[in-house]
Amino acid sequence: MRTKRVIAQTKFETISVLRNGEQLLLSLILPLGMLIFLAKAPLLSGLGIVGPGADPLTVALPGALSLCLASTAFTGQAIATAFDRRYGVLRQLATTPLGTNGLILGKLGAVVAVVVIQFILAFAIAVGLGFNSPVNPLALILTTLLGTAALLSLGLLMAGTVRAEATLAGANLIWVLMAGVGGLVIAHPGEWGTVVGYLPSGALGDAMRAAVGGAGFDIKALIVLLVWGLLGTFAARRWFRFE
Amino acid sequence: MVSDSALTIRGLHYSYGAHHVVDGIDLDAATGSILGVLGPNGAGKSTTISLAVGTRAPDAGRVEIFGHDPFRDHASTSLLAGVMLQDGGLPMSAKPLQVLRHLASLYPNPLSVDELAEPLGLHEFSTRTIRRLSGGQKQRVALAAALIGRPRLVFLDEPCAGLDPQAREVVHDFIRELAAASVAVVLTTHDLAEAEELADEVVVIDRGRIIAQGAPEDLRNASPAGRRLVITVGQPLEPAPRELLATMNRIAATSVVGAALVVDGDLDSTQIAGLCTAVAEAGLAITDIDMHSQSLADVFFELTGRPLR
Repeated sequence: MRTKRVIAQTKFETISVLRNGEQLLLSLILPLGMLIFLAKAPLLSGLGIVGPGADPLTVALPGALSLCLASTAFTGQAIATAFDRRYGVLRQLATTPLGTNGLILGKLGAVVAVVVIQFILAFAIAVGLGFNSPVNPLALILTTLLGTAALLSLGLLMAGTVRAEATLAGANLIWVLMAGVGGLVIAHPGEWGTVVGYLPSGALGDAMRAAVGGAGFDIKALIVLLVWGLLGTFAARRWFRFE
Repeated sequence: MVSDSALTIRGLHYSYGAHHVVDGIDLDAATGSILGVLGPNGAGKSTTISLAVGTRAPDAGRVEIFGHDPFRDHASTSLLAGVMLQDGGLPMSAKPLQVLRHLASLYPNPLSVDELAEPLGLHEFSTRTIRRLSGGQKQRVALAAALIGRPRLVFLDEPCAGLDPQAREVVHDFIRELAAASVAVVLTTHDLAEAEELADEVVVIDRGRIIAQGAPEDLRNASPAGRRLVITVGQPLEPAPRELLATMNRIAATSVVGAALVVDGDLDSTQIAGLCTAVAEAGLAITDIDMHSQSLADVFFELTGRPLR
């Protein structure tokens, strides 16, 4: 019965995301558009991010996958949860047999469901564009799970502690920063690269680039993600307020 | 009809920092009856409901819903109690019947969505998302949401706020039917007429404490001032018209409330005529004259020294 309720909540939340225009823009159009743009335009080779003759998809695909996670697990859930909190939806659902834990599991389920859809589309597009570099499935799954845990817990922490409008602005801004300068989409050289390697965005980017088209497991990056996930979960449990 | 205790609250305390929002409340609700919880905004009504349904843990005291603790044994109480929150608690981007179908899927033995949609008139606006509904329409969906799981105890937080008189009547009929079907209803409101009309028993809360309780008629009768004459004039009485008040006070005790002169006491026809003459001679246009026995609003005013709103 409990599983049935969590599945029902997962379904409801997934459909809400897929029906919401802004969420679709954030979750599908922007990451997949970026994938195609970076694969086709000579930007990455022009900037020297990929060497001459190398496949730009070895950067563009892991970058797009990481951006998909940032959209769905962090920004999308932070905004949706913040407004659900504002309108009392969380309190209402907490009074039903679903309960608080079921609510969180439902959100996690919805994130995983949307991420699976995003990944299928991203891989299909990449293969269509000629991607044929190695992918380590185990590393990809581990990166995705730890990245989801870190980003979702931090997104919920934000949604549960600040006002809905502040979350809306903040979660979008952080998305742009993570993508632009946070090491999510491309690895940054030098000291800045070292710094962002310890942030969830840089660690996710590093781990994803290793799993897709790279060496496999980036153990250090995975440990950083794990620590952020634990910190985020602890903080969200401690400070999240339903009203 | 056998009535059982559906809700028992004893010595409930809750604070936000140093502010005691709920400061030692006891409540009992029985199956088949309607308990009205009255009080001004910020009196602690909604917090009491949160504590009663287990979405917050009390600082002290205990709550039992049919013998179960809603905070520790949420699995049991969530099946027994339905909640209609003041702000609706509905996801904005979904449509009303989708929300209800989803909520129904969370309960083992729910009502069918149509059983609620039909009498509450939800079909009229079922193609719109919750975001696009009027306040009254949202309220009706929220009421359906509270009832979908066939609860035996229902908490309704200001269920008629923002409803037009017709929709209000529909909701009132619904509430009476619930009680007739042996459901225990806990109704918070700051609308006294609503409490007088519906509640079997009324509890008046102010600043986190119960300041009066009993059947609505008992509360009214317990009040010392039996009758009252309210003369409303066309403009606010500021500053207070001293001369007029002096004249009126020679006939009976008079006070000014906004644009009204309030005269307490058992008045005879000569006194009433004298009071009205005094107002007319002061050059004030009388727009309304009301003589009524004490309402719960008057009782509240007397108990707290403040109007309810």
